[in-house]
Order: sequence, then C-alpha cells, then structure tokens
Amino acid sequence: MNYDNDWFLSVLTFTPLVGALVMMLIPKADEALHKAIALAVSGGLFLFGTFYMLTEFDFDNSGAMQFNFDTNWINVINSRYIVGVDGMALPLILLTLLVVPLCVIYSWDHFPEPANPKAFLILILILETGMIGTFVAEDLILFFVFFEVVLLPMFFMIAVWGGPDRRYASLKFFLFTLFGSALMILAFLSLFFLAEDPSGVALRTFDIQALTEWGGANLTRSAGLLIFGGMFMGFGIKVPMFPFHTWLPDAHTQAPTVGSVILAAVLLKLGTYGFIRIAIPILPQAAVEWAPWIGLLAVIGIIYGALGCLAQTDMKRLIAFSSVSHMGFVMLGIATLTTFGINAAVFGMVAHGLITGILFFVAGSVKDRYHTLEIERLGGLLLQAPRMGWILGFATMASLGLPGLAGFWGEFPAILSAYNPANGVSETIFRTYMVIAAVGTVLAAGYLLWLLQRTAFGEPSEEFANDPEIVDASRFEYVAWAPMLVLIVVLGIFPNLIFKTSDPAVEKSLHPCLSAEGEEFIALDCPAVFGVEVAGG
Amino acid sequence: MDFTALAGLPVADVVAFTRPAIDWHAVAPELILLGFGALLTLIDVIFLDRAKQYTAALAGVGLLATMVPILTLANDISETGPRVMFDGAFVVDEFALIMKAVFILSGYVVILLSTNYIGEGDYWESEYYGLMLSSILGMVVMASSRDLISIFVAFELLSIPSYMLATWKKRSLESNEAGLKYYLMGVFASAIMLYGMSLLFGVSGETILTKVNASLTSDPLTGDALSSSTPILTLGIIFVIVGFAFKVSAAPFHSWAPDTYSGAPIPVTAFLAVASKIAGFVALVQLVFVGFYARADVFQPLMWILAAASMIIGNLVALRQTDIVRLMAYSGVAQAGFILAPLAVAGDVGDQALSSIVSYLAIYAAMNLGAFAVILAAARKTGSTSIESMNGLFSYAPGLAVAMTIFMFALAGIPPLGGWFAKFQIFFAVVEQGGTWAILLGVLLAVNSVIALYYYAAVARRIWADEAPNGDLTPIRIPASLSAALVLTVVATLVFGFLPGSISQFTDVGLIAGG
Repeated sequence: MNYDNDWFLSVLTFTPLVGALVMMLIPKADEALHKAIALAVSGGLFLFGTFYMLTEFDFDNSGAMQFNFDTNWINVINSRYIVGVDGMALPLILLTLLVVPLCVIYSWDHFPEPANPKAFLILILILETGMIGTFVAEDLILFFVFFEVVLLPMFFMIAVWGGPDRRYASLKFFLFTLFGSALMILAFLSLFFLAEDPSGVALRTFDIQALTEWGGANLTRSAGLLIFGGMFMGFGIKVPMFPFHTWLPDAHTQAPTVGSVILAAVLLKLGTYGFIRIAIPILPQAAVEWAPWIGLLAVIGIIYGALGCLAQTDMKRLIAFSSVSHMGFVMLGIATLTTFGINAAVFGMVAHGLITGILFFVAGSVKDRYHTLEIERLGGLLLQAPRMGWILGFATMASLGLPGLAGFWGEFPAILSAYNPANGVSETIFRTYMVIAAVGTVLAAGYLLWLLQRTAFGEPSEEFANDPEIVDASRFEYVAWAPMLVLIVVLGIFPNLIFKTSDPAVEKSLHPCLSAEGEEFIALDCPAVFGVEVAGG
Repeated sequence: MDFTALAGLPVADVVAFTRPAIDWHAVAPELILLGFGALLTLIDVIFLDRAKQYTAALAGVGLLATMVPILTLANDISETGPRVMFDGAFVVDEFALIMKAVFILSGYVVILLSTNYIGEGDYWESEYYGLMLSSILGMVVMASSRDLISIFVAFELLSIPSYMLATWKKRSLESNEAGLKYYLMGVFASAIMLYGMSLLFGVSGETILTKVNASLTSDPLTGDALSSSTPILTLGIIFVIVGFAFKVSAAPFHSWAPDTYSGAPIPVTAFLAVASKIAGFVALVQLVFVGFYARADVFQPLMWILAAASMIIGNLVALRQTDIVRLMAYSGVAQAGFILAPLAVAGDVGDQALSSIVSYLAIYAAMNLGAFAVILAAARKTGSTSIESMNGLFSYAPGLAVAMTIFMFALAGIPPLGGWFAKFQIFFAVVEQGGTWAILLGVLLAVNSVIALYYYAAVARRIWADEAPNGDLTPIRIPASLSAALVLTVVATLVFGFLPGSISQFTDVGLIAGG
C-alpha cells in the first residue's frame, strides 16, 4: 500500500532538533524566548503529531508499517534511512510527544540549579529527537544511532543539573548503557553478515522488516544464541533488568525531576521496545531458548525491586526501585513470546511511563518544598498540601495496579500471560514465574501504601510544621500533571485503546510457529524451525 | 679507467641511462609544496624580520595551492585510472589522493593553530613553517610510495623536521627533552625498520612492494614455496612493522609519545598526534596491503597483538592522567589500537579493512585536531594544560565548551558525532571476518570503547559540571585563525557523523595498484 505522507515521521523526528538549533543561536539571557520556543516546538509537535497520527493512521491496518519513508543513507554499508510506524510503536510515540511538553511546562518557573534554561531546554529537545527517532527507525544502524543520541543529553542533564552525587551517577549511567550498546552493535553487524536467504544468498541488509521476514532461518544455533545475547545486553541494560539495574536508582536519585520523568517515562522503554521490535522478531528460535532466562531475570527483578523498595529511606530512590520491579512485569510479558504477553508489555510500558512519570513529578515537587526526600522526615502532606497529597495517593494506587486505572492493565495480563507461554517455552517454568510475580504485586501494594502512609498521612513533622514554603500544587504543576492523570483513568477504563492498536502489530512481529497449534503447527513445518524436541501446542 | 669492466657489467647498461619518464601532473602536489617551502626559506633570508608576519599566511596559501593539483588529479584518475611512475615506486591512485588531501588539510589546520601561538611566543617563525612544509612534503610523498626505498626516504623526510619542531620552545627543558626523546626513539625505529627492509630485500631481491609481495610466497631463485617459518622473512616483516609501530605510537612502542607530546609546543603536538601518526598508518597500510599481503599468516597475529596491547595499555593508562595533553597522548595510543585492528583481519577481509582505516584516519584527523585547538585556546587563558584547567570551561567560554564536548564524545564514538562511524567501520571489518580471534578482537574493541568513554566523559563533566578555577570567569579571546580551525574541525566532525556517506564515498578505495 502506498501512503502519501512519507514526510511526516521525519518532520516529527527532526523538528525538536531544529528547535534546539534555533535556540542555540539566541543569546542565553533571553530566557522567556527560550521557554516560549521550547514550549511551542514540543507542544506544537504534540498537538500536530497527535492530531495527524490519529486521523491519518490506518487503525484497521495497524499491523502494517505506515508513513513509510525509505531512502539511501550510508551506501557503503548498505544502511538505509527507513522510518515507519505501526501499532506497536504508535502508543510509545504518542507517550513521548506528550511527556516532553509537560516537562517543559513543569520546569517553567523553577529550573533546577544551576538554572540556565537555554541549555536545559536544548537538551530536552535533543532528547525528544532521539526518543522519537528510536521508535520510528526501521533500520538497525539508524536505530542504533538514535538509541545512542539520547545518552548525551541525559548524561549532561544528570551531570550538570543533578543532585550532590551527580558526577558518579551520570558517568555510571553512561558507561552501563554504552557497554550494552557496544555489544549490541556487534550483534547487529553479525546479523548483517550472517543473514542469508534459503538459497544461500547473503541478505546484507540492516532493514528490520527484511530481517524479520528472514527470521533467523539458516542461522546456526550457537550464532543465534550469541547474537541474541549481544542484543540482550544492549536492551536489557537499558530496561534495566536485574542484575544490570544498579545504574537506575543512582541516575534517578541524582537526576533533576524532569530528567527522572523522561528517564522513567520514555528512556527505559527504548530497551523493551528493542526486544519486541528487533530481538524477538528477528531471532525467534534464539528467543525461545533465551525466554526462560529472561523470564527468570524478570521475576528476580520484580521481587528484588520490591524488596529494594521496602528498604529505601529516600522517596525518589524508592520510586526508582519500583521501576525495576514494574519493568520486571513488562519483561515477563515479553518473555512469554505470546501476543497476549507482548500486548500486555506494550500497555505496561505506556502505563508505567504515565504513572512513574507522575510519581517522579510529585517527588520533585515535594523536594522543592521540603528540600529533602527522606521519608522519615516527611509526613502530613495531606494536611499541608492536600491536593498534591491526593495526587500522590492516586498515583500510588495506579502504580500498585488498582483495577480501573492504567497500571492494572499492564500488570495483570502480563502475569496471566505467563500461564500459557509460547510453543517451545516451558510451561512449568513460566507458571512458577507467574506465582512469584503475583507475590510481587502484593509486595508492590505493601511498599506503595507504606510510602503513602509515611509521607502523606499523619501530622507534619515539627521541622516543617510551619514552613511557609510548603504550599499546594501550583498552576504549572496542575497543567503538567492533569493530562497524565486523565490518561491514567481513561486507559484504565478503555484499555482497548492501546490493545486494539498494538495487537495486529504484535501478532505480525511474532513468528507464526510461536503460537501455531495442531495441524497448523505441522503445516508450517515448525518442528524443523524449532528443532525436533519442541512439541506443538 | 673503465669502472664498468670492474663491476663486470655490460657497458651498454650503464651508459644508456635515460631519464625515467616523469608525469609532471602526478608529482605537481609535491613540487608545489617543495616550491613554497623553498620560497619561505628564501624570503626569510632576503627580507629577514620584515617577512615574519607573512610567513604563516604564505605557508597556508602553499598548502591550499597544493590542493589544486590533487583535485585535478582526482578528476583525472577517475577517468584514466591510477598513474604509475618509476617502475611502480610512485603511484597516484585514489588512496594516495585521499590521504594526500587529509595531510594537506590537517597541515592547514595546524598552520591555523600555529599562527598566533608561534607569532606571540619566543619562537623562530619562518623556519618553523619551512620545516612544517617539508615534513608535510614527506607525508605527501609517503602516500604515493610503493617501494621500500621511497617509503624509507619519505619516512625520514617527514620525521627529521618534526624532531626539530618538537624542540621549538627554545629555552624550555621539557621541550628539549621532548625533541631529544623523540629523536632517539625515532632513529632507533628507523634503524630497526631499515634492517627489516634489508632482510626483505635479501629474501626477495626486490624493493618494489608488489614484487616483494610476489616473492614472499616462493623463493625467487628456486621457485620453492616458502613456509611461514622462514625465519628471515618473518623477521624482516616484523622489523619493518615494528619500525612503524613506533611512529604510530602503538604499544609497547609508545613510551616516547606522552613525554614528547607534553613537552612540544601544542601546535606541534597536534601535528605529531595527527599528521605524523597518520603518515605512519599510511605506510603500514601500504606495506600490509601491497608488500606483505601474501603473508597474512605473519602480519595478522602481529597486528592482533599490537592492536590489543595498544587499546588496553593506552586506555588504562589514560584513566590516570592529570594533564590533558598526556591524556590525549594515551588516548592516541588507544586510538592507534583501534586503527590497527582491521589490519589483524586484513588478509581475509581486504578492501573493507582498507576503507575502514582510511575513514578512521580522516575522521580522526578532524576530531583530534579540534580537541587540540580547544586545548590551545583554553591554555591561552589558563596557561596550563593540567586537566583541571578544563574545569568550568562552560561558564566562561560556552562555545569552546560545546566544541570540546563534541570532540570528546566524537573520540569516544558516540553517535551522531563523527567518531561513531569510524569505530563502526572498524567493527564492520572485524566482524566480517567472523573467526574466533576476530570476534574476540571485536569484544575487546567493544570493552575498550567503554573504558575510553570514562575519561572522555570525565573531561566533558569537568567542563560542564565543575567550577572554574579561582572563580575566574573572564572570557577567552580567541584569534581569528584559531576560530577558523575550530569551525572547520567542528563542522567536519558533525558532517562525518550525520552523513557518513560524505566521507565513505571517498574512502571506499580498492587495493592499491602497484607497478
């Protein structure tokens, strides 16, 4: 099919970068103008992009790549500039488009020290280009470049505007992620050289769709496992999966509020998106063998993250550990390799983005007022800033997976999907994971309610009792938070908004043998695809 | 008396000397450089101090004028094919031209860096530019040399002036030490290399690289196959490569670099770290791809070891540096390891390894020169090259800070800055070979990219996140020539990163044609 709107995604990706370039030329002193440009660019892009995508995107055909554009980029290595969006990427792009302007609004009147709105906003816009670019890239090298582009602005955001330990945290974040990407690029290159069609002709392409079609055929088992391993390092560190998660609490704790929000809401999703867009579609056989291990790390992450939360004394650090736990649910859904599980994962990504985003926003606002995030010293938020207290309560409820709010639809189906994983993946193992993950939800309720109880309930502690700085949410905070709160409710009530969009794309991305049953399983010659020891469903 | 009779040669062979045909167009770049170098010296002799203020500009003009025949030659050989002279000792092909262009342009940037530095300091001026041009002449000749003798001559021509340039701070002990160390090590390396060449000549009876290559697999006299265990041959190859390993500061032959770099005037350091090092690589590439290509069993393991050692030693030692120039020296050792890596698979991968090295060299020139330009500019205010002098650069010189950040992360290989594509091509070549050792090298490259990021990012962090020393926020006055150098290098680094096709279309060169 032919869409007459191939320009759209490139405009979407590079408009923020153009905005950043314009801002570079304007003197630093003109702060109002910088804020106006940043808001106009990101907000305008959100309005225009959302409107355009909702009207022009063919939702009946959301499994297909749309708004495609494909042109030469680096000829020597046969890497092309290919962009496109399908039902899997669409929710994440919309999430990105939404979060960035909200961050600009939130920072409007209180930029973190050492201020300098110009540089701060430029970094946010460059981040936006990198994030959107990663979600639309359909070429491995292009994906890699965008995947890396986000590192620099985030590094500076933490290193310059971060907390007291920012030097350590920023470098740790950068080094961990780069280590993963270095192995990931080796994996991508190996795919390039090893992929050949059934007749033995080398494909020599980085085109994700072409490689998905190829699906790892003719690749030796060990090569497939190693290549998947390389990609696992790249994406898994970004997610972050246990035991590579240690950069996350440090980065989150030290990052400025807006940095934490973007990191939680979008950056972590680049990793999970990589799994469902690249690793699993391209190497389904290797994915089947890796699945129990990914699932294992996912449930360890769920439990470890939750236990970590219970031990935290710092509010922001607690929310960071809850991210580890929640991303564990997302990864568990992905590890089942079923459409059900991966749809749940896509939903979980969006839900976690919104909910954890709002939690970090509130944490940031608490920090602004109390100048501390030590849970012991806080308390009585509901008395001193009742509206903010209720918003915190609402967000914790959403985060612990209360039915009717968005968090539920990310968590519950992910657990459920583990009951019946894809062909070739051990049911016994995954049902065990399911039970462990269910325990994780109980722990989640525990630490989140405990957090709420200790910070929002009770009487304000003596040192803050009569502090005039502690006021309720400001206009800017309301404007920044309202859309996220509304979406958490809307998606909680109408989960199909995402499920229906993502489902065809997820189905298309998965190898048919993963879900084939009975005769179909034989007809597709699946025993040969997965090796003889695998039984049909 | 008839000496020819003593030599036992037929008279006709000696008397009938005819001048070999000279393709004047093909040697025009060399001749123009030579002309400007001589002109600089003459002007200095005639006008003495009055000419001083024009020497830098004249040297720059000379370099730019040299670009003209390079461009016309590029146009020419794309239609008629490579030009070969002197029985194959001097070849002008795509590879030679792209490398000549890299030498000329990086030489031009070095002149831009030098203009104020040399003019304002207590330095001899016109001699400086004259020596600089003759060293560049040696490099330009090197790019075309496909013969053991001409490689050696080019090597000496480019080295000897740089020994003197390294001591250019007249009354500074460090500078004298730098030059002396560089000289002694350089001469030592030359001796080893020359010995290796003589061994190779002994085995093959040839100096033209293609013919050397042909005779490496079979004995020229008996026609018997030579095995890799032929000790003299192996020794010859190793000695020649080791000689150039000194030049490119590959570990474990790098010990001169940090001392020389930190003692020499900063523009000279930039020249040594970029142009001179690239010249070493050009020689290595020509030797490996033309001269020793049949003996991959000898040079590949050697290159593997050199590459791995350089990366690991360079990076680990760089972590502990407290002087930014010494940091750059060790990072240069590590970068040399990266550039050597494709040579460890060159025998199997061929052209891909070659073009990855050429791309790397071109991009490396842009980002490294840029980094030195910033160091030079910052030193104008702080007067020091300690790593602390970078602290808080952003607060008083935001333009320099952004530029240095770009160069640091480009050197670390973070997309979308130029260095990523350079590193990517290296990975590409290494993974293409796909053997166990190649993949192991690939993993080493990956791990080392991460280690290198640590110290590059640490510099960036100082620039952005730390306080300026003593809270001194007076801005830096950057002279026009230095700004020009910064703009050139920043633009090149960004363009190479965003549109890698802009460099790869030139570096996609084939194996070098020989005689």
